[in-house]
Amino acid sequence: MNINATLIGQSIAFIMFIWFTMKFVWPLLLKGMEERQARIADGLAAAEQGQKDFADAQEKSTIEINKGKEQAATIISQAQKRGDEIVEEARDLAKKESERIKESAVSEIEQEKEKARQDLRNQVATLAITGAEQILMREVDQNAHNEVLTKISKEL
Amino acid sequence: MAVDTITSKSYITHHLQNLVYGKLPAGFDRDGQILEEATWTFAHSPEEVLEMGFWSFNVDSLGWSFFLGAIFSYFFYRVARNVSKGAPSGFSNLVEMIVEFVDNSVKDIFHSENKLIAPMALTVFVWVFLMNTMDLVPVDWLPVLAQKLAGDPHFYFKVVPTTDPNITFGLSLTVFAMILYYSIKMKGVGGFLSELTLHPFSSKNTVVQILFIPANFLLEFVGLIAKPVSLALRLFGNLYAGEMIFILIALLPFWIQWTLHLPWAIFHILIVLLQAFIFMILVIVYMDMAHQKDH
Repeated sequence: MNINATLIGQSIAFIMFIWFTMKFVWPLLLKGMEERQARIADGLAAAEQGQKDFADAQEKSTIEINKGKEQAATIISQAQKRGDEIVEEARDLAKKESERIKESAVSEIEQEKEKARQDLRNQVATLAITGAEQILMREVDQNAHNEVLTKISKEL
Repeated sequence: MAVDTITSKSYITHHLQNLVYGKLPAGFDRDGQILEEATWTFAHSPEEVLEMGFWSFNVDSLGWSFFLGAIFSYFFYRVARNVSKGAPSGFSNLVEMIVEFVDNSVKDIFHSENKLIAPMALTVFVWVFLMNTMDLVPVDWLPVLAQKLAGDPHFYFKVVPTTDPNITFGLSLTVFAMILYYSIKMKGVGGFLSELTLHPFSSKNTVVQILFIPANFLLEFVGLIAKPVSLALRLFGNLYAGEMIFILIALLPFWIQWTLHLPWAIFHILIVLLQAFIFMILVIVYMDMAHQKDH
């Protein structure tokens, strides 16, 4: 336990290690740590920004969705209205058409009736003449009695 | 030595003897052999160590302290080179924790501007801690290994550098040199001298002030000298005492040793760390005092 030159050797080693640490270890370590600190801070800020952006986007999308829903509802109601209109129109059209058909049918029937009556009239006239001929046993001059015949057939 | 019995006394003294390399003078009686000329050699006994005088080296202390310092430098340098690549992991985390801790301590205590102080504090802290930690290696492992390797049952080998006052004084005297250097650099020779002579007793009367100078100088000088001495002796004393107790415990029968060895080792972890911390803090404090212009 005596003091000897180990003292000097230790001092030299001490100075060497301090020098080495000061030159190569401390600045590098501190610089690296500071850089990383800055990077972490940036990352955190970016994450926060991202979160904010996400919230904004979510809000925006909700608004858009609501808008879309509203639009869809309007479109649907419009379509319904339009559908009702179309149905109404169709109904009107059909009514008109049916009336027209009915009218034409009625006029046709009327015509047919008229025609049938005409025929009947003619036949009745012919029958009447034939009957009269039988009764009179002679030929009835159609032209001479045309006036009468027409009168009769008109009365039928 | 004809009989190779190990007594408690020989065991303890053997453990407390450094491996010394030095020069034995001509005509020295070495185990019955008279040396014909002065020779550089390893000391075989405490008497030979005494004969070698100041210009001899404790090879074990120096070797271990240098080895541990190199380990510190290598690992910290390796971490420092890769520090900015992504997230730190494992060992890198530990290193950065230590660096941040030292950096904070320096920022808290040291109020001047000097790029040397923080690296110096880091070196002191980690290096002293590593040297102290050697105390936790069981006392016989490395010495016995060294004896086997050297093929000499009397081979001295102390593995804890901080139980060697040469090592602690080597550290503290370097710190002392820096205290003197920065005191003079920051305050000038006059400022430093006035700090040593005009406090703590001062007077507005010039004559009285001059009369106070010797008393002031005595007090301040003792205070100044006490810094390196207390720094070195505190570290040495704590570790030496710890080592001593480990050696004493090692004298017990092997099957009972753990009952004392384990609690002491666990407690010693605290001392190991605490002494390194105290050493570092005091170095920073002393350097701060050296830098402060007004007392």
